[in-house]
Amino acid sequence: MKTFKQYSILPGFNLALGFTLLYLSLIVLIPLSAAFIRTAELSWSEFWTVVTTPRVVASYRLTFGASFAAAIVNAAFGLLVAWVLVRYHFPGKKLVDALVDLPFALPTAVAGIALTALYAGNGWIGQFLEPLGIKVAFTPIGIFVALTFIGLPFVVRTVQPVLEDIESELEEAAATLGANRWQTFTRVIFPAIFPALMTGFALAFARAIGEYGSVIFIAGNMPMISEITPLLIITKLEQYDYAGATALSVVMLVISFILLLIINLLQWWSRRRSIES
Amino acid sequence: MTTITFPLSPEAQKQRATQEPAWVRWSLIGVALVFLTLFLFIPLISVFYEAFKKGTDVYFAAITDPDAVSAIKLTLTVAAIAVPLNLVFGVAAAWAIAKFEFRGKNLLITLIDLPFSVSPVVSGLIYVLVFGLQGWLGPWLAEHDLQIIFAVPGIVLATVFVTVPFIARELIPLMQAQGTEEEEAAVVLGASGWQTFYQVTLPNIKWGLLYGSILCNARAMGEFGAVSVVSGHIRGSTNTMPLHVEILYNEYNFAAAFAVASLLALLALVTLALKTLIEFRNKQHQKLRGHE
Repeated sequence: MKTFKQYSILPGFNLALGFTLLYLSLIVLIPLSAAFIRTAELSWSEFWTVVTTPRVVASYRLTFGASFAAAIVNAAFGLLVAWVLVRYHFPGKKLVDALVDLPFALPTAVAGIALTALYAGNGWIGQFLEPLGIKVAFTPIGIFVALTFIGLPFVVRTVQPVLEDIESELEEAAATLGANRWQTFTRVIFPAIFPALMTGFALAFARAIGEYGSVIFIAGNMPMISEITPLLIITKLEQYDYAGATALSVVMLVISFILLLIINLLQWWSRRRSIES
Repeated sequence: MTTITFPLSPEAQKQRATQEPAWVRWSLIGVALVFLTLFLFIPLISVFYEAFKKGTDVYFAAITDPDAVSAIKLTLTVAAIAVPLNLVFGVAAAWAIAKFEFRGKNLLITLIDLPFSVSPVVSGLIYVLVFGLQGWLGPWLAEHDLQIIFAVPGIVLATVFVTVPFIARELIPLMQAQGTEEEEAAVVLGASGWQTFYQVTLPNIKWGLLYGSILCNARAMGEFGAVSVVSGHIRGSTNTMPLHVEILYNEYNFAAAFAVASLLALLALVTLALKTLIEFRNKQHQKLRGHE
């Protein structure tokens, strides 16, 4: 039988692992299990009714639709930004590179009120869109804008290191064999960065689905139209509907776990691809 | 020996085969910058613009308002508890994971990352389910006159939850890359476990530790969703800065909301500056090592 741990002369394994497991259990695992155990108090049909009422289904559709659209936009523009940052030189590049992480560092509530002020009818950007008949603030488009902001760094930061590691020999070989730049990009570079791009996309999507702070200010929060699932959980909680809130959060947790699994698989694929090449 | 020359057009000679033509380069840079300007730079600038729109008097009145000051104090307190806790956790987890080989390691790493994939709202809710009046420990806590939910301890717990992975995930790859030879040498030479840690490991990981702590701190101070669920929104007592921003905003007191928000935006900028500085230092360090 294989032993649990390989022999090492270094001390402190039991203490370090013991503390890690205790801390994780108290802070993460036991509270998370509370959501599942409390939901088990509902019967299956009660649970199903709660998580499939029209208002809830509308919120899933909105949350997933807006998150998916935002993640797609982030994949396209994130790839472009990563490309520009790795391959080209232009004034202010270092500053731009540093500011890409802004959505990670800026509190979501601040992002929420700033975007709302910008895209409201009298805002800096909203005043140009309003005459065109495009309303962003207090509509589902606003949710998409907020989620695009929140997810922006993910694709850039996953694609950037892979792009930096691509050896120029590959591209030179492609050029020598007669490929033009577009062919080199689609046939040589893109396949190499594709797993990283998918990972970034999945990370941005996963983040967007759970996002709350930046969305609620700009969303308008109308039931059936612009109400995201996390907000619905809060609404149920405020009405002391603990069972309903817990059931919805279990749905969100299960979705998060599935996405986490997919992301882990994508990262594994990405690592294997880089080892092969 | 004869040299063979390939006849190339003048444009082709100027341009390398592995580079795009200049017009493609500059249009790609242009599109990327327009996108970043719209989605990043303008929102950032607008926070400061809105904050100072009604003059500096209004600005300073807003950030010295007693409720704002108490929100700032609470935010600092929460971060001062959450960051050290996760620092100790991060070091312990990284020591176990990076320095030893054991079964179930990948599962443990996934568990540490778990809070990143949980919606902030759900992160708050699970603590309500444990400590709230309807929760597992609710009746017992009420009996002993202890309040966790809608009080400061709940805010601290929710913040700790959402920031669990930050320092650990920074340290684990770093310590894995450093290997175990240096520590093993120290132990063989007779150093105790703590001596080995303080004198060998800690100097090697201090920058990673700082890096993780800065990111952890930014999230701890800025967390909104999770804290919002457990806070109870009691002005002057359980309001953190992001929650105070929300209250002011919902009262249509936009100038004051953006004034407090500008402090948080400043925190974000300082975080990014420090982060860039540490990354720059690490790169220089690697270059130096490469030349050895």
